[in-house]
Amino acid sequence: MGNAVTGLVAVLLGVGGAVALFWILNFAAERMPKQWEERFKPYAFIGPALFVVGIFLLYPSIITVVDSFRTSIGTADEAWTLANYNWLFTDPALRDALINNFLWILFVPAGAVSIGLLVAVLADRLSPTWEKVSKSLIFMPMAISFVGASTIWLFIYAWRPPGTDQIGLISAIFQGLGSPLATPIVQNGTLRLNTFALMIVMVWLQAGFAMVLLSAAIKNVPEDTIEAARIDGATEIQIFWKVTIPQIASTIVVVTTTILILVLKIFDIPRVMTSGNFNTDVIANVYFDQLFTARNQGRASVVVVALIVLTLPFMYINIKRFRAQEAAR
Amino acid sequence: MSASTQAPARTASGEILEPPKETTHSSWSVRIALIIVIAFWSLPTVGLLVASFRDSVATRSTGWWTVFTPGGFEGLTIDNYVQVLEAGMGESFINSLTVAVPATIIPILAAAFAAYTFAWMEFKGRELLFVLFVGLLVVPLQVAFIPLTRLYINLGVTNDFVKMWLAHTGFGMPLAVYILRNYIGSLPREVIESAKVDGASHFETFWKLIIPLSVPALAAFAIFQFLWTWNDFLVALVFMVNNEVVTVTLAELVGSRGQDWHLLTAGAFITMTVPLIVFFSLQRFFVRGLTAGSVKG
Repeated sequence: MGNAVTGLVAVLLGVGGAVALFWILNFAAERMPKQWEERFKPYAFIGPALFVVGIFLLYPSIITVVDSFRTSIGTADEAWTLANYNWLFTDPALRDALINNFLWILFVPAGAVSIGLLVAVLADRLSPTWEKVSKSLIFMPMAISFVGASTIWLFIYAWRPPGTDQIGLISAIFQGLGSPLATPIVQNGTLRLNTFALMIVMVWLQAGFAMVLLSAAIKNVPEDTIEAARIDGATEIQIFWKVTIPQIASTIVVVTTTILILVLKIFDIPRVMTSGNFNTDVIANVYFDQLFTARNQGRASVVVVALIVLTLPFMYINIKRFRAQEAAR
Repeated sequence: MSASTQAPARTASGEILEPPKETTHSSWSVRIALIIVIAFWSLPTVGLLVASFRDSVATRSTGWWTVFTPGGFEGLTIDNYVQVLEAGMGESFINSLTVAVPATIIPILAAAFAAYTFAWMEFKGRELLFVLFVGLLVVPLQVAFIPLTRLYINLGVTNDFVKMWLAHTGFGMPLAVYILRNYIGSLPREVIESAKVDGASHFETFWKLIIPLSVPALAAFAIFQFLWTWNDFLVALVFMVNNEVVTVTLAELVGSRGQDWHLLTAGAFITMTVPLIVFFSLQRFFVRGLTAGSVKG
């Protein structure tokens, strides 16, 4: 309970401190000569936010890039090196992890968007009450942590030797159908089946998010464009592909890239479900193992540099989209 | 779907009649398809909830679905919850709250001030600085762990909670500024101009006008940030040395008692209680928060 009290004090100090800080900044600005005041004020008001991202995101990014060129960091042997990059491009275990990341990127956004789209379209045809209920049920997993979801699905995949009573739903279904599973799903690396079993957890978590955004977009499609196609004799399926889809394309792109960025850094699910064993490793988990098990900060840093490089295109897309929005304002 | 391929019915005057929303057989196929998806999406959570109330003997010997067969109610209990709460989950629950509440509230004011400035004040470098925040939205948090650990050591910051509050404040800041600026920027120009005409300074406009008008956006960010910090696993794993939050405790239980499903299911459900309460009680804000916050990496 002592910590909770500290937490309460932190809220009061944090909020009170922030109020006091802005009051002081404003007070100082107003004591300046008029032309200085106008120039100083904007920087004073964005200063605290800028300071925080500077310390917690910008400065660490620079240090990480520097660290990726260092070896034996924090010891007497610390030196400049390219060995970390050599490891990054040649290590077979890392390449395996990258293949898994690639599979995650390929299947999870597509899976979540397809199911989200399916539910959005189907639920649109129900009465408002049923639409709301069915959407809530699909969206609910969004509230659950990745660790919680991993536990839920480990229970679904729980496995006992064939012939004994199964307590996991999937194992029980297979046994009930007369073809019991010979190995636990999460340990079965044939064709990376276990990676797909892990990816299902993420699709289960993210489909609701895709559904909510896509559903809003579908409801914004002008009714007369659909009506016109209907009069021209188009079938519902033609209308969906040729009228609805083109008009919600930009939302599909936004949802896909958002889930893609999330998946690129996926960590919790493999960490909890397999610890990266059985050929299910991903780069964010390699980073964690390098940092805390191998205690190699140079290698951990080079993995993060790889992650940054992979996110750069999306950073660019986000900025471009933001600029386009601004221009349209 | 075939029903709708026919020409639409017309009234005598030639107007097209809207087809009734629930036409008989297309809506049955729609319902069946939806029921399958919903079953697949709900069963995992239902199974977890049912299993968490079955004692160790029942959970170990039969599947949770046998609860729906005759005699299935035997072995129902709340002991699993008592046991797992006493085994550390109770303390972690309070720790999670202690991390998440300040980490949600502290960044808001600094973000709101920055958002107002970006939206309504003219200054050199405005666009460039805002683009910086947009770019930082997707930076992987992994960049921060090694440098911040060193920084905390150099500054003598050793309290787990202080480390978490500071880190989450920093990690949440780009998103907070982004959401709030978009919202504050969309407020009508006349409202802000009229305050200026009345002689209000930026400082007064901010407190008396912007903050009250921005409550929906503030709530959306707060919900997103609260759930994000509550559900976070990685940041807590790295920075919390002497204390645990619920996600870390659950992950440890999975590692150490992987076969004790009566405890794991109860533990998992405890970690889900707070987010689910937020979900069902504040669904409108929840949806808005998640959709606005979805750009965060």
